[in-house]
Amino acid sequence: MADHVSPAEGVPTTAYSELHRDREAQRMRPKMEVRNLYFWYGDKLALKDISLQILPNEVTAFIGPSGCGKSTLLRCLNRMNELIPNTRLEGTVLLDGRDIYRAMDPVVVRRRVGMVFQKPNPFPKSIYQNVAWGARINGYRGDMDELVERCLRLAALWDEVKDRLHDNAYGLSGGQQQRLCIARALAVEPEVLLMDEPASALDPIATAKLEETILELKKSYTIVIVTHNMHQASRISDTTAFFYMGELIEMNRTDELFTRPREKRTEDYITGRFG
Amino acid sequence: MTEVQQAVVARFDLRLERRRRLGQILAVILFLATVFGLLVLTALLVEVIREGTPWLDWQFLTSYPSRKPEAAGIKSAIVGSFWLMVLTAMFAVPVGVGAAIYLEEYAPRGWFLRLIQLNIANLAGIPSVIYGILGLGLFVRFFALGRSLLAGALTMSLLVLPIIVISTQEALRAVPQGIRESAYALGATRWQVVSSHLLPIAAPGILTGIILALSRAVGETAPLVMIGALTFVAFLPANLLDPFTVLPIQIFNWTARPQEDFRALAAAAIIVLMVFLFLMNLSAILLRNYYERHRPH
Repeated sequence: MADHVSPAEGVPTTAYSELHRDREAQRMRPKMEVRNLYFWYGDKLALKDISLQILPNEVTAFIGPSGCGKSTLLRCLNRMNELIPNTRLEGTVLLDGRDIYRAMDPVVVRRRVGMVFQKPNPFPKSIYQNVAWGARINGYRGDMDELVERCLRLAALWDEVKDRLHDNAYGLSGGQQQRLCIARALAVEPEVLLMDEPASALDPIATAKLEETILELKKSYTIVIVTHNMHQASRISDTTAFFYMGELIEMNRTDELFTRPREKRTEDYITGRFG
Repeated sequence: MTEVQQAVVARFDLRLERRRRLGQILAVILFLATVFGLLVLTALLVEVIREGTPWLDWQFLTSYPSRKPEAAGIKSAIVGSFWLMVLTAMFAVPVGVGAAIYLEEYAPRGWFLRLIQLNIANLAGIPSVIYGILGLGLFVRFFALGRSLLAGALTMSLLVLPIIVISTQEALRAVPQGIRESAYALGATRWQVVSSHLLPIAAPGILTGIILALSRAVGETAPLVMIGALTFVAFLPANLLDPFTVLPIQIFNWTARPQEDFRALAAAAIIVLMVFLFLMNLSAILLRNYYERHRPH
């Protein structure tokens, strides 16, 4: 794996290259890479020496019991952690080989690495404005109507809202609101989409629709999803990382990790013995 | 009763009668406390309205103060109060709202911010006469603005500034964190988040705070007595540096006169001031209700 990575970007950790035996995956450069990441809330260490790679056009799932640090890590991938006061970060996060903390503006990082949150949180504006706002503030110069339609179609919401684009977004159901949040995130044309338990506030039907959308989006985007739902992780992800108490315990192709976990703690968690 | 139930009953001394009686006694005490407050207020209101109403007519509202009670009015006081309020709003609103936005959205969290917050809360509780002394020293003397409308408005601005800062901060804090996060996650700058989302959502709450602060300014007397607002003004202020009077000062002046009629005039002016304050507070309440109904969840 090291032979196609330029020296300036460093050599991926050996532990990682073991994980990915899949040939297809090995030919790809990582979209994002985390190296020796530590994160503190005040004095409390929340992430301990995390190193991993996120491959392009894949769905990477972060699983683990509550408080294991998976959401914290997700927020470190687009510098959303910086909005939380009293926190500290050490280590490196790379996006296409560039250091997002030392070599990039957070505004640019967040434009390229979008985020969808646990609770649907549309702006108290019209459906159209929800999608258009991010593009507008980032100086989008194309046809806004076309962009709004394209994003709503990608998020599989267009047919349900095309006749009421200028109604308030709060009139939508929870599942529709969450897909609107995805459309909103897509409108700034990000390369990576981070999703923090996006289905936890949704009913099973809305969840199924959301998962379909995610699989569709994978073709054009790199997706990282935090989930509490093991079935969801196994259904939609290509790679799964298991975290426990701030540490990355095991990361592997999803089918490998769920059928032949190498760590006892991973096995205990996925078989429901704890967490 | 089963054996288990009997055993449970034996373990408790319910004393239901006693507990109920105690509750009833307390309810009566609480009721009396309410009645007492209401009675005092009603007595004040009835007395003011009984004394003031006969004097309350168009002539009273449109005349300047006079030595003769039947010719006296509150024209200069109404106009003075109006301009004082407008000028106070012009100074205090931008500074207060601006400071609140900085403290809530920009300032780094830490002990220094907490110290500032504590001081602002304390400033809101300082007796208004102290602000009068400050205004006298700073605006009237040091900046040589004299006993002018401008000096009065600046002093009032200082007085209501903490109220505006605190209520604006509260309104901003009530905006759901999800709105902030999702806006930042789209690559927005701080100012884009503040101007596109936080201010529009917080606007009704901020407006409520501003109205309450201004109604405080309109009702205040002590700071203006300190800076020497005139009590007998038979003209309207033509510019910012003119002397002025306001309703509370006029009331204060009339109640201090020995003649019975002037005290009745004071009562009439109090009615005008109360209607004014009532309307302001009513609009604040209506705004807040609107806000509760339309806020994002």
